Amino acid sequence: MSDAPLLALAGVHTHIGAYHILHGVDLDVPAGQTTLLLGRNGAGKTTTLRTIMGLWTASAGQVRFDGQDITKRATPEISQAGIAYVPESMGIFADLTVRENMVLAARGARDADAIDAERLRWIFELFPAMQKFWNHPAGLLSGGQKQMLAVSRAIVEPRKLILIDEPSKGLAPSIVRNMLSAFLQLKSAGATILLVEQNFAFARQLGDTVAVMDDGRIVHRGAMAALVEDEALQGRLLGLSLGAHQ
Amino acid sequence: MSTQSQAAAQRPAGTAERPAAATRSRTPRAADVDRLPWLLVPLLALLALPLVGSLPSWVTLTVAGLAMGMIIFIIASGLTLIFGLMDVLNFGHGVFIALGAFVAVSVLGPMGALTGSASMAANLVAVGAAMLAAMAVAGAIGYVFERLIVRPVYGQHLKQILITMGGMIIGEELIKVVWGPEQIPLPLPQGLRGAYIVGDAAIEKYRVIAVVVGLAVFVAMLFVLNRTKIGLLIRAGVQDREMVESLGYRIRRLFVGVFVAGSALAGLGGVMWGLYQQNVIPQMGAQVNILIFIVIIIGGLGSAGGCFVGALLVGLMANYTGFLAPKVALFSNILLMVAILLWRPQGLYPVAKR
Repeated sequence: MSDAPLLALAGVHTHIGAYHILHGVDLDVPAGQTTLLLGRNGAGKTTTLRTIMGLWTASAGQVRFDGQDITKRATPEISQAGIAYVPESMGIFADLTVRENMVLAARGARDADAIDAERLRWIFELFPAMQKFWNHPAGLLSGGQKQMLAVSRAIVEPRKLILIDEPSKGLAPSIVRNMLSAFLQLKSAGATILLVEQNFAFARQLGDTVAVMDDGRIVHRGAMAALVEDEALQGRLLGLSLGAHQ
Repeated sequence: MSTQSQAAAQRPAGTAERPAAATRSRTPRAADVDRLPWLLVPLLALLALPLVGSLPSWVTLTVAGLAMGMIIFIIASGLTLIFGLMDVLNFGHGVFIALGAFVAVSVLGPMGALTGSASMAANLVAVGAAMLAAMAVAGAIGYVFERLIVRPVYGQHLKQILITMGGMIIGEELIKVVWGPEQIPLPLPQGLRGAYIVGDAAIEKYRVIAVVVGLAVFVAMLFVLNRTKIGLLIRAGVQDREMVESLGYRIRRLFVGVFVAGSALAGLGGVMWGLYQQNVIPQMGAQVNILIFIVIIIGGLGSAGGCFVGALLVGLMANYTGFLAPKVALFSNILLMVAILLWRPQGLYPVAKR
């Protein structure tokens, strides 16, 4: 295994209009691991993911992915390099069916028949609702099913890295448990995931490594196991913002 | 683990049959289409029947309304997709209508042998050539228009309105430079004049042709939008272009393609509108602009199906009120728009935006 992280952010600054959101973010995402990005609302987690995807351009610093500098690349190029993105809004095309959403995500497929059958079966095993509602408009799915569709789109083709923004947000506890189970299977299949999450009970079961953000900076990085063991550190780093979700 | 091997590891081993659901090919949402707006078209026609009083007159007016609606649809369909896909308010769309009509004047002029023939087939060859030329010229100018005028003002609605209206004024002036400022007659070819007599009703031949061409464009558009990946990308881009880019597609290229196709369709509509009016003037685009904006607002900005229904309603309303109360006809379509927006404030088929 190479020691170089799959994704590395070095001193990344991002401005949105007049606002300076990221103040020199340094973050490594090792290959084959699940890295959790934690922090209170407004800490800069979503901005970090959007900056990686090129949806907002870094004003300084460097984003390296798989040995290449992707800092100034356009979003489609970054996606084609092998990064899948599940935004907080889920980005579901509500007027399209589940099938059409999946066909779009499978860039190499002209229609549903061209999607890799083995992979599709795997997805249907992870999320049976996707098979059940295959020809239904995505807009009619429940919140949890939409999240399943968003994740399904991210894994319908092999991707080197999956960025997921708050997948448990607003979901019922039973759906969160299903989602957790699916992520654990995804993780055991060797996926590299960078996951933004505020639900620490959810995050602690998934993370290999963890980075905590505050005020546009990474204020802690280390093993998730160490953070789970150290309640004092949790309290100092995460405080009320995450404690409320446990 | 190398990135290649860990990417491959994201997939379980073993072979599997394709799930039955994945191979189904029924029309998406066939059972879930909101048909209520479509019913407005026959409803409006049936409401007009007792008001018109005479069945033959009603048939004539209905066919005229449908023909006008089809032409407006051809013109407006590109505009609604342009707005839906990139939030671009193109007030210059009308210039492509005028351009198409004037190109038809130039193409049909030297084809006197074909247009003067009583054979409808010969006439259609001439009109078809004029349509193709108009679409090619309008599409090419549309490409330049997008590059020079629209591209610098993405995301800035006020500037879009100002600069595209300016573009239309410049376009009109350039048309005057090439073809002159005067109204030019664009007579229907010989074989397309006159009417079919069905019972006591007279149905003009050209209106039937307009309905057929309009339906052909609509069916082709539905095919592209619903049965091809490009169409899927357009429909997705109308809803959430950022997500389409995040999936790895270059939506700017797609937008240029839609802009060129929309301009070409406006050129085609210009030929048909010119033949419908049997004359062309450089300002004709600005005159039709109001109607097409009413249509795309009624239909729901970004919706091709809504645009089709909206265009038919506007065409029928204009013809019925023109017959029943000519003074009301001047603002009947505004009343129609107000009524529909009171019922559905986002238009007949609101596009689910992110």
